[in-house]
Amino acid sequence: MRLEPKPAPSLTGTIAYPIGAIAATLVLASLLVLVAGASPFNVFALVAVGAAGSQFAVLETLTRATPLIFTGLAVAVAFRAKLWNIGAEAQLYAGAVVTVALGTGAVQMPSVLLIPLIVASAVAVGALLLLGPALLKMRFGVDEVVTTLLLNFIVLLFVSMLLEGILKDPMGLGWPQSQRIIAEAQLPRLVEGMRLHFGFFIALVASVLVWVVMTHTSLGYEMRAVGHSPQAARFAGIPINRVLAKTALLSGGLAALAGFSEVAGLNGNLTLDLSPGFGYTGIAVAMLALLNPLGVVAAAIFVAGIFVGADAMSRSADVPSYIADVIVATALLTMVTAIMLSRYRIRWR
Amino acid sequence: MDALDILFTASFWVAAIRIASPLIFATMGELICQRAGVLNLGIEGIMVAGAFAGWFAVYAGADLWTGVAMAAAAGAFFGLVHGTLTVPLGLSQHVVGIGTTLLATSLTYFAYRVLLPGAATPPKIEAFQPFAIPLLSHIPIAGPALFNQTPLTYLAFVLVALVAWVLYRTPLGLALRAVGENPAAVEAQGISVTAMRMGAVIIGSALMAIGGAFLTMSAFDSFFFEMVNGRGWICIALVVFGSWRPGKALIGAILFAAFDAYQIRLQQLTGGTIPYQLFLMMPYVLSIVALVLVSRRASYPAALMVPYQKGER
Repeated sequence: MRLEPKPAPSLTGTIAYPIGAIAATLVLASLLVLVAGASPFNVFALVAVGAAGSQFAVLETLTRATPLIFTGLAVAVAFRAKLWNIGAEAQLYAGAVVTVALGTGAVQMPSVLLIPLIVASAVAVGALLLLGPALLKMRFGVDEVVTTLLLNFIVLLFVSMLLEGILKDPMGLGWPQSQRIIAEAQLPRLVEGMRLHFGFFIALVASVLVWVVMTHTSLGYEMRAVGHSPQAARFAGIPINRVLAKTALLSGGLAALAGFSEVAGLNGNLTLDLSPGFGYTGIAVAMLALLNPLGVVAAAIFVAGIFVGADAMSRSADVPSYIADVIVATALLTMVTAIMLSRYRIRWR
Repeated sequence: MDALDILFTASFWVAAIRIASPLIFATMGELICQRAGVLNLGIEGIMVAGAFAGWFAVYAGADLWTGVAMAAAAGAFFGLVHGTLTVPLGLSQHVVGIGTTLLATSLTYFAYRVLLPGAATPPKIEAFQPFAIPLLSHIPIAGPALFNQTPLTYLAFVLVALVAWVLYRTPLGLALRAVGENPAAVEAQGISVTAMRMGAVIIGSALMAIGGAFLTMSAFDSFFFEMVNGRGWICIALVVFGSWRPGKALIGAILFAAFDAYQIRLQQLTGGTIPYQLFLMMPYVLSIVALVLVSRRASYPAALMVPYQKGER
């Protein structure tokens, strides 16, 4: 067999293949539900109700989507330039550490000054955390996939060390957790009595800004050029290393915002289970969004809905909530296949 | 005890070889994939799947070697998934690899919950026991380390020799190496690049899964979440460190494992005056340092991560 590029991607194909990908994912999920001894229709209904069946459910889904928008954007901008940032998890924790370091009372100033200071510092640290692997890639040709992956473990151990050391809450009954941030460092809630917070609004603004950068600036053009073909970009006189460095700073900074928003908007303090893998799930979010910054919002809400719905479902039906992770991983693989099939035709010979 | 004395105890080297064993299997698996031109980032998840499949088979009543075969089968399955998407379909090896890891890990955790719904503490199995080779195991230090291990460790060393022999002494190995360097030339010889790469990914993934199974069937006797804990990523670093050569990769794995065993003992020696997280960080830091040192002069297989299209140049 061989693959032939389609002359022009047909509109029906562009729509039909992603729908086929979701259908294939649902078929696999149904099989797993059957194996677990439950009825797929019942389970999917429970997931849908759990994700969107009430005002509470919708707000929970949007709350869960917030960090995924940030990590999804981080992955999307990096992958556009073929900078394989698999370290959003580490950058997220870096942002969270900065937030508690500055937000627990060491710096006293009103919210309008303190929050921008924290945001700028968190973004800077997250950005530098990805600049390191990017520089190693440029200078020594070290594959950034492995370095960013290994940094996830290093940073998490470092956070664990801080939480048992200088960041430890003396009133925490021995638990490795930080003190709570002061009121001036907290983001307000968007709906009275609910968990949805201002971080969601920041995430929406961020996705629009990233979209503008990607589609309307020369940096966005250069990132896509480098991602499409480094040789052609070099021939066109694009400073590849500088573009990659800027991409790393942008991507790492966005992922750090996820950590900031989870601490300042939701949890109030830092624990080792702040992120149940938001950095890795961000990869699936970005791919489902076809690396489009605005699509990231929709994909993040969709993926968050699966997780929130599956949690609710597993409490009432006897199906492990890990099915949510299976669905997201399968959706990632079927979606990249669908993208390929919408652009190429398979010829059997 | 002095920090240097540790190096001259048998128990240290026994532990080092034990820690190296799963890394050796998985590193050989990844090496085969990369030699054929496929970066397999599914390794971390495939090790999780192998750890569970082998352990569960034995828990369900199979004998130990059947358990190893089941682990290999689970690995081969995920290799088939990864290979199908990356070889004939030519999808991004980075994205598919991460997807395979996520899929294998989450499917394994799902299966664990479904198959053992009420298990509060993970059930234990009768794992592989050390088998002392007569006479040789009495050599001081090296004897216990090399000749009083479980059969899976012996198999790991045999595997390295076998992989080296196949790669450098057989036509199959020549074709495999060529597929990773210049696939068009191989196709011109009438050998199918697709078949070679698929075979390499499936067999390599089976070996990764046996590496995972070593954890549940030889190092420990039950299955825990997070038990693979980044070992797969370390193996990718070991492949680069070993310059894609089985022997060098073996030395890398042993050095790495010795370092790991050493930091555990140093940690006991310092008795908590240094945060233990610093010790746990060292293996990952060491991997990055090794990558930086080696990558400068590393010669990647020329066609690594480049999808091959028949009739295309």
